[in-house]
Amino acid sequence: MHSDSALELIFTGDPALLEIVRLSLIVSLSAVAIAAFVGIPLGALVALNRFSGREGVIVLLNTLMGLPPVVAGLAVYLLLSRSGPLGSLGLIFTPTAMIIAQTVLVIPIIAALTRQTIEDLWDEYREELTAMNVRVFRRVTTLIWDGRFSLVVTLLAGFGRAAAEVGAIIIVGGNINGYTRTMTTAIALETSKGDLSLAMGLGAVLIAIVIIVNTLAWSVRRAGEKMAG
Amino acid sequence: MRAGASDLPIRFESVSVGTRGVTMLDRITLLIEAGPPTVLIGPNGSGKTTLLRTAMGLVRPTQGRITWGGAEKSPPVQRAIVFQRPAMLRRSVSGNLSYALSTARIPRRTERINELLSMVGLDGLGKRPARRLSGGEQQRLALARALARDPAVLLLDEPTASLDPASTKTIEDIISAIAVSGIKVVIATHDLGEARRIGGEIVLLHHGRVIERAGATEFLNAPKADEAKAFLAGELLV
Amino acid sequence: MTPRGRFFVLIRSLLIVAAIATTLATQTAAQDKSIVVASTTSTQDSGLFGYLLPIFKQKTGIDVKVVAQGTGQALDTARRGDADVVLVHAKAAEEEFVAEGFGVKRYPVMYNDFVLIGPQHDPAGVKGKDIMAALQTIKAKSAPFISRGDRSGTNIAEISFWKDAGIDITKDNGAWYKEIGQGMGAALNTASALNAYVLSDRGTWLAFKNRNELAIVVEGDKRLFNQYGVILVNPAKHPNVRKDLGQQFVDWLVSTEGQDAIGRYKINGQQLFYPNAKDPNA
Repeated sequence: MHSDSALELIFTGDPALLEIVRLSLIVSLSAVAIAAFVGIPLGALVALNRFSGREGVIVLLNTLMGLPPVVAGLAVYLLLSRSGPLGSLGLIFTPTAMIIAQTVLVIPIIAALTRQTIEDLWDEYREELTAMNVRVFRRVTTLIWDGRFSLVVTLLAGFGRAAAEVGAIIIVGGNINGYTRTMTTAIALETSKGDLSLAMGLGAVLIAIVIIVNTLAWSVRRAGEKMAG
Repeated sequence: MRAGASDLPIRFESVSVGTRGVTMLDRITLLIEAGPPTVLIGPNGSGKTTLLRTAMGLVRPTQGRITWGGAEKSPPVQRAIVFQRPAMLRRSVSGNLSYALSTARIPRRTERINELLSMVGLDGLGKRPARRLSGGEQQRLALARALARDPAVLLLDEPTASLDPASTKTIEDIISAIAVSGIKVVIATHDLGEARRIGGEIVLLHHGRVIERAGATEFLNAPKADEAKAFLAGELLV
Repeated sequence: MTPRGRFFVLIRSLLIVAAIATTLATQTAAQDKSIVVASTTSTQDSGLFGYLLPIFKQKTGIDVKVVAQGTGQALDTARRGDADVVLVHAKAAEEEFVAEGFGVKRYPVMYNDFVLIGPQHDPAGVKGKDIMAALQTIKAKSAPFISRGDRSGTNIAEISFWKDAGIDITKDNGAWYKEIGQGMGAALNTASALNAYVLSDRGTWLAFKNRNELAIVVEGDKRLFNQYGVILVNPAKHPNVRKDLGQQFVDWLVSTEGQDAIGRYKINGQQLFYPNAKDPNA
């Protein structure tokens, strides 16, 4: 995929461009899915339990939301490199490594925001749920369910972070043509090559995707508000 | 009504509740038995809410002990409480009732839900988001939620305090019906008129202590303690 | 939640993550006849790989995955065992790499040349054929100069040109000398924006689009030759190296077929790389 006009590539459905878009979505969506699996229970755990060092954990989670992607990328690279502790998994320079790096970035966002949502909701529900003798596990699921719209926004924030970053995935993925090249890494590459019109075309596609995802989530939220008030 | 060991009588044995130098209940000794409603009255800060919460099991005594039907520990299975500002779950009206039923391990039959809605006059509002109800409607929903759990004891914390007269009357009627059906009602109120309308026995609290306790008519017409007289005269404010 | 409950939630989460990760990992490992080649950004930006690799794949069925970094980085990546083959253009660094035991053997492959790029109107007056004179003039006039500063082959060459011109540029520079720590494309972009001088390989320059007022100001000086070498990473140091597939790639590059392909690659009708695997001095 070289510099035919970016618009031409988009409208003719150039296969290389489609592959890049496909990979970007797979990497970021997978990262958000895994991060949600880990981050939502983690956030709920911290929200609902008192333990020594709790304040420190909350501050840490909030701070990690701003973890620089290149730092996360470097850390994951050192782990997955053949010379590193997990080298035998053979994951360096693969899409899986990119998913791992982005998951690391997104988990703190989801955990920290989930904690906030659940904690606020718990403040509101605590007495009623205690008076109704609701068992601990049920409490957690109730809070997560009743807080689902805020949690959707949280997942969105996580996706935004993953879809937009380039620093982590370029380090652990290597920006290999046709294999680990995503929209953001392709934009970085084309810009550095001076092919700005192609870079801008890719940028437009990226923004369009983010807008679509946001619109979908917004409609989900509105529908939910109608249903549950 | 639930079979098995009962929560009644609720026995307070010299119960004190206080935090950080503030005493909310001061050596309360009280017996709440099956029968007509027990109405807690007293000025703001007298300990009515704390007493109700302690009776529910939400607050632990800092001194003394409390038993339910003789047991020192009793999960809130047979009793239910309606808070002054009840929290609505982010679900529909029916959803809230459904939740109350399922957490009480009672089958969530549609007929039962409709029955409960009828009891509190919320028929037809099943699908509405609970948070969109008016204040009075929310209070009635909270009441229905409490009833859904099939309690032997129903505790109510100033249920009509923030309501208009029409809603107040509706709720009082429901409460009286509940009392008649055999559920023990324990209700806190600052409204003397309400105390008279609901009837039963009256317990006057002041500064966390039980000042006087008597049948409603007796108390209202011929109070014994000085504070009681002052209260009835509207002069016991704090 | 009880400590037990907490524990189970954590374990459950970790297991799910592990399961997904292993599935993905085995999928990627199972796929494939492929090798990872660590090379340089300038080689990639020239478009050579886009031309050569499909030919190689057609012949051998091997997928070549190119990770493009600066020369120093590429060699380090190989030292860590994260690449199977290395293709860079810094002979001294390559020989050191082999001497350290990380590479099996260095084969010369091709050369291209460097060109000095600058503003068309040449404010420092360095146009000509003599790179040493040009650099001396640039320093004397404090003309703005962009350096890659990233231990790449081009960067190493740049520094050695300054040295040959009698200047220890790492110590003896000023505000006019800007080190950006990035690849050739970025350096050209910066030079384009600042109307500065910059040393580039011809390949990247030919493919570069954002020229504004930049043009070639010095070329053809024999000293501007840029030799490429290819090395198989030593499987003795890193058993995971795909030595058979990697060796096929190395062999192909220096074979008649590969060398011819390299010579056929052109941008705008101009040949970029000159195959010289048979040159004993390369």
